[in-house]
Amino acid sequence: MIPSIASSRFFRMSYLGYVTLFFIFLITPLVVVAAFSFNDSLFPSLPWNGFTWDWYFGEGEPRLGLFHDEALLDSIGVSVQVAAVTTLASLALATCNAFLFEREQFPGKNFLYVLMLMPLVVPGVILGVSILVFSSTVANWFEVQFNYEIEALRPGLLLVTLGQFAFITTIATLVISARLRKFDITQEEAAMNLGASRLTAIATVTVPFLKPALLGAGVVAFLMSFENFNTTLMLVGSDAPLTIAMFDRLREGSTPVLNAVSVLLMVGSACLALVSMFAQRPDKH
Amino acid sequence: MSGEPGNVNRTQYRLGFWLLLAPIVLWLSLLIILPHIDMVLVSLRERIASRQYGFSLSNYTAFFTEPLYWNTFVRTAVMSVIATLLTLIIAFPVSFYIAKVLTGRPKIALFILCLIPFWVSELVRTYGWMILLRETGLISGALQWFGLADQPVEMLYNDVAIMVGLIYTSMLFMVVPLVTTLDSLDNSLIEAGYDLGGSSLHVMKSIVIPHAMPGIMSGCIVVFMLTLGNYLTPTLLGGKDSLWFTEQIYTQFITRFNWEQGAAFGILLLVLSSLIVWLGLKITKQSFTRVMS
Repeated sequence: MIPSIASSRFFRMSYLGYVTLFFIFLITPLVVVAAFSFNDSLFPSLPWNGFTWDWYFGEGEPRLGLFHDEALLDSIGVSVQVAAVTTLASLALATCNAFLFEREQFPGKNFLYVLMLMPLVVPGVILGVSILVFSSTVANWFEVQFNYEIEALRPGLLLVTLGQFAFITTIATLVISARLRKFDITQEEAAMNLGASRLTAIATVTVPFLKPALLGAGVVAFLMSFENFNTTLMLVGSDAPLTIAMFDRLREGSTPVLNAVSVLLMVGSACLALVSMFAQRPDKH
Repeated sequence: MSGEPGNVNRTQYRLGFWLLLAPIVLWLSLLIILPHIDMVLVSLRERIASRQYGFSLSNYTAFFTEPLYWNTFVRTAVMSVIATLLTLIIAFPVSFYIAKVLTGRPKIALFILCLIPFWVSELVRTYGWMILLRETGLISGALQWFGLADQPVEMLYNDVAIMVGLIYTSMLFMVVPLVTTLDSLDNSLIEAGYDLGGSSLHVMKSIVIPHAMPGIMSGCIVVFMLTLGNYLTPTLLGGKDSLWFTEQIYTQFITRFNWEQGAAFGILLLVLSSLIVWLGLKITKQSFTRVMS
């Protein structure tokens, strides 16, 4: 079972075989998506008609490539905007939360902590729907009371951002709290003994210490927002983020331009993964 | 000037505390608590006339009297449980291999290889399965090429396709907690089990699995929740007849614009999901905060 325990050759070989099959299972769908982005055919399916760059650089219908497809490029822009705002907002709140839970003692702290974890247990579709219901209740109330229509509370990018922010903050809080827990508070006290105010001490000693966690949480937050589908689906208005745009095309049946987008996403995710791995490298000490 | 530094300090601390507390309270109340309360209220009302609502349980009775709703609900729950168990069964040997058989660089490399697919959007992964399984897809092509089928085989739009997609999508959330807990098991405990005459099966049952229980549980809970709330995979791989409960919620809200019914469905799904999480924690005596963090 483990290397120090003798086991039959047959067992070891079949175990290795199983693990190999598992990794083939993991990798195949991604390889297939990437491969068919180069297939010289109007459909992402067999037969293989030879290699082409058209699905990236094709200039006109029916072979409109990714880099000339205005609709897809626009939706990527929308997703980047939403993800950037969501990331910054959730990092800011998560840092506050980390200080609150790691540094302060107050009645009801455990209850608040459990409440803070709740967004992880609520299915994304329901989170989206509940925010949709509540925001339109508020908007309707304003309309009746003041005869004033708040456009921002109707389905659209603000609601999408809020919906994603609602659960991404929890994840960011967990990452940053874990790092803050490891911080030796005497370092901060030393800075204050040397004459720094509390805020200066935090800004110059504690925050630099938290930087790897902030970067790691930021990468995760950005990706989760960029790739979010369930919550976004319920709150989206007329501007579609990339996942929604891709989903609509998938259902209609699309040319391999979707494969090209997928390859772009894979490359993007891989770069971000590398960034976060370097950021979270274990400390030397 | 600095007459009472202690006092100044204390008020500063108090102020700091309230400044930290305010944002989290705003976040949780405005985006989590109030929306859910409002959803409960909406689910308990009925439209009498235009903009006129009255209290009613009709949205819930509709759920119990309309077999389609009820069946979809049970079907979603059962399929999610099966998907969770299958994910566990498939992931456990692999996690054990990574945590206990491998050491050093290969171990880290294989663990990272496990994570890679999950940095890519769920949409892309599902799309990959569509290309593999569809009538003009790769598996159908391979079967014909090997002479196992004489015409294209449609493997998309059935329950097996949904199951494959769900298991694939959930794998990461099972492998990571399993590898983490198995990694913390001391090899000498396994060796001791063998030295004392235990068989492989026995060592597995009385040493490895009890030790891995926290990981098994948190993996199962997360996978179950994600599967139950999944929308993309059943819709794309299961087609029109996938009958997933989240699709019902979507239909009521977006297609039929029947928010009252949709809200009731949302509450029912939330109750089911919380109930199973709670049961899972009770049975294995785990604390919610530990499993989640």
